[in-house]
Amino acid sequence: MSDEILRIAGLRIVATTENGEVKTLVEGIDLSLHRGEVLGLIGESGAGKSTIGLAALAYTRPACAIAGGRILFAGEDVRAMDRAGRRKLRGRRIAYVAQSAAASFNPAKSLTQQVCEMPLRHRLMNRAAAKRQAIELFRELDLPSPETFGKRYPHQVSGGQLQRAMVAMAMSCHPDILILDEPTTALDVTTQIEVLAAIRELIRVRRTAALYISHDLAVVAQVAQRIMVLRHGRMVELGAARQILHEPQEDYTSRLVAVRAGTPVPPHEAAASRGEAVLELNGVSGAYGAVRVVKDVTIAVHRGETVALVGESGSGKSTVARLICGLRPPVTGTIRFRGAVLPAQLSARSREQLRRIQMIYQMPDMALNPRQRVAEILGRPVSFYFGLSPDRTRRRVEELLHLIDLPANFLTRRPGELSGGQKQRICIARALAAEPDLIICDEVTSALDPLVADEILGLLGRLKRETGIGYLFITHDLGTVRRIADRVAVMLQGAVVAEGPIATVFAPPYHPYTEALVSSVPEMRVDWLDDTLRRWNERGKAERL
Amino acid sequence: MNLLGHRLSVSAVVGLSITAINIAAVALAPWIAPYGQAELVGDVWAAPSAQSWLGLDNLGRDILSRLLFGGRTSVTLALLITVLSFVIGIFLGFAAATTRRWVDIALSRMVDTLMAIPSLIMALVVLSVLGTSLPVLVGTIAVLEATRVFRVSRSVAMNIVVLDYVEAARLRGEGLWWVMRREVLPNALPPLIAEFGLRFCFSLLFVASLSFLGLGVQPPEADWGSMVHDNATAINFGGIAPLLPAAAIALLTIGVNLVVDWLLSIHGRAHGEGT
Repeated sequence: MSDEILRIAGLRIVATTENGEVKTLVEGIDLSLHRGEVLGLIGESGAGKSTIGLAALAYTRPACAIAGGRILFAGEDVRAMDRAGRRKLRGRRIAYVAQSAAASFNPAKSLTQQVCEMPLRHRLMNRAAAKRQAIELFRELDLPSPETFGKRYPHQVSGGQLQRAMVAMAMSCHPDILILDEPTTALDVTTQIEVLAAIRELIRVRRTAALYISHDLAVVAQVAQRIMVLRHGRMVELGAARQILHEPQEDYTSRLVAVRAGTPVPPHEAAASRGEAVLELNGVSGAYGAVRVVKDVTIAVHRGETVALVGESGSGKSTVARLICGLRPPVTGTIRFRGAVLPAQLSARSREQLRRIQMIYQMPDMALNPRQRVAEILGRPVSFYFGLSPDRTRRRVEELLHLIDLPANFLTRRPGELSGGQKQRICIARALAAEPDLIICDEVTSALDPLVADEILGLLGRLKRETGIGYLFITHDLGTVRRIADRVAVMLQGAVVAEGPIATVFAPPYHPYTEALVSSVPEMRVDWLDDTLRRWNERGKAERL
Repeated sequence: MNLLGHRLSVSAVVGLSITAINIAAVALAPWIAPYGQAELVGDVWAAPSAQSWLGLDNLGRDILSRLLFGGRTSVTLALLITVLSFVIGIFLGFAAATTRRWVDIALSRMVDTLMAIPSLIMALVVLSVLGTSLPVLVGTIAVLEATRVFRVSRSVAMNIVVLDYVEAARLRGEGLWWVMRREVLPNALPPLIAEFGLRFCFSLLFVASLSFLGLGVQPPEADWGSMVHDNATAINFGGIAPLLPAAAIALLTIGVNLVVDWLLSIHGRAHGEGT
């Protein structure tokens, strides 16, 4: 076809490890991209999405190399080009938008300087024209006061605005292809929707072709016409967005779709049957210096109950966890544990009090000491709290491994030899080793791939039923909340704005913020973004009238 | 060639051989030295001969024998000082990073004050006040070297104590000693091992400098620094006697540094999981 802008055929990318082994990262990938078309690349971490995206620029990460296949840009073989030829291509004809805008901008230069840099470097326009264009792009991307927006520095704008500024930077040379690598993953849902709408509109108006890389099927489906599902560097399935979502052909795709759509939640028992209260926060406030980040929070977790604490980044939900653990003394209010007031300071709490509250972290990599073996990681809390003999400690550790569905030969492994999901299981086992009454789960699934996260949630649910532990589940992901929580507290700017059983909080009449949060979660249908934006528009008009 | 599962570079092989030969020679000194360290065997500054391969010194003692015995003193002292300075420095450095803020501030300012005084001058003052004896010598240099170790171990530990697994240990109720020994130390080890090699070289040079100035190891005990001092005048009429101990110091320093470079290159590389 004449308007084909990118063709990749039989792409093979290999990586050379430190001890000289050659690993295949990507194999046998064929794709074609036409002008004005958006192709979504989807898969779990390690599926090769980003590697393929970068390969379109004939670029590979260090220690990786393109070992085979052809990459044709507008009919020209990119691999055969010399350095100068590729340099002309990169940025100017094919531009790249990375996941973390904060890490991609130079903090010492203003946004205009950085958005104008590429056209100036490629000698496409003079400074005045580049500035005019930057303002035009800011306007198209719906950024506030586009004339003066560019005078600000990266730290002076919000995360969502910075991500849009990066799209402006990528679009500054009018590229033919835009590679978007997880551009909204690091953003809150309410911000994600704005950025998503702005990106989609811009590439539609400019008829830019795009590769949209993401792990979130629902997000990709809003932007892409076709979706390619990848796994372990190979293509699983390629099809129209609607077909992938509603009639997946391959088993792997259907599993991805099923997990993302969420299994229907069994109706929870009524709030009347709540057990004994384990944890009660009464009017608790916390502060960093003079800034109050937690304001007058009152929540309770009962036995065998999962209470979700939901909010966007900066809402103070992690600080609540730190207050409960005693890592930060509250400014006002009391924290009661099984009826007794907990001392504010960690050092003032007894070993027994510490044992009964355990914590599981977001990043299992950082929560496990890389130099300790599983036997020690799990054995220490057992011997520390219960003073068991080495022999009985070992038996208890084996029991714990069995409880989290890991074989006993994991005892001698170090965290570096475990996968992300296995590490998180070990963290769960470490918390269980203390036989606690309450486990605080701080974003425990957000660093994991969806299928793995699903297994972890299943495990937590099973353990709750078996042991009657209460969970305080801190998360920004409403899908997770619906899946496992009995009650939910929604936090906004440090305060709880809505609290109650899931069925009440997540059903009309909503608190306005809860509604914004709920309606911002991408749904598994291709016209979700249009519907939502239209609804918001109508509401906006109605409010203005 | 491989060692501990890592490939050896050419410079690493050179460094390891130099260090190994040095240590072996020094350890076996009483058995392989042809003469005793205080034994007079001939004319003052006699040229090298079949009986004494490296010639004789300012009193007519065999230089090769004195180099071997002197190395024994120098290397042992340097090692002792380095170990002692690491014990002090690591303990205080980790404590500063792990405990309360005021402990850190107090310790850090104390170290700053010590570091503000040139260490050689400081050592000269202490040794002239307290008198020259081996315990005072070792203690003084160890404390001065410990300030450097403190800085390194504090900054390494600072990056570790903020990680979740240290927080998990604290929430469990673990004491300071456990956190420092089991959570921080194993993860701080790679940079500290490299630092150990460097500090060993500096200690060796420090002891040599003090001996050269007459405040270190006292005669008749041989030591590389004092050997340079004793034979210094030979340089005026073309003798090699003062150059030999100096070369021994330089060679061992270079050897240890090459090994350290290799150790650093191993730990600088990311290994294990790919990203």
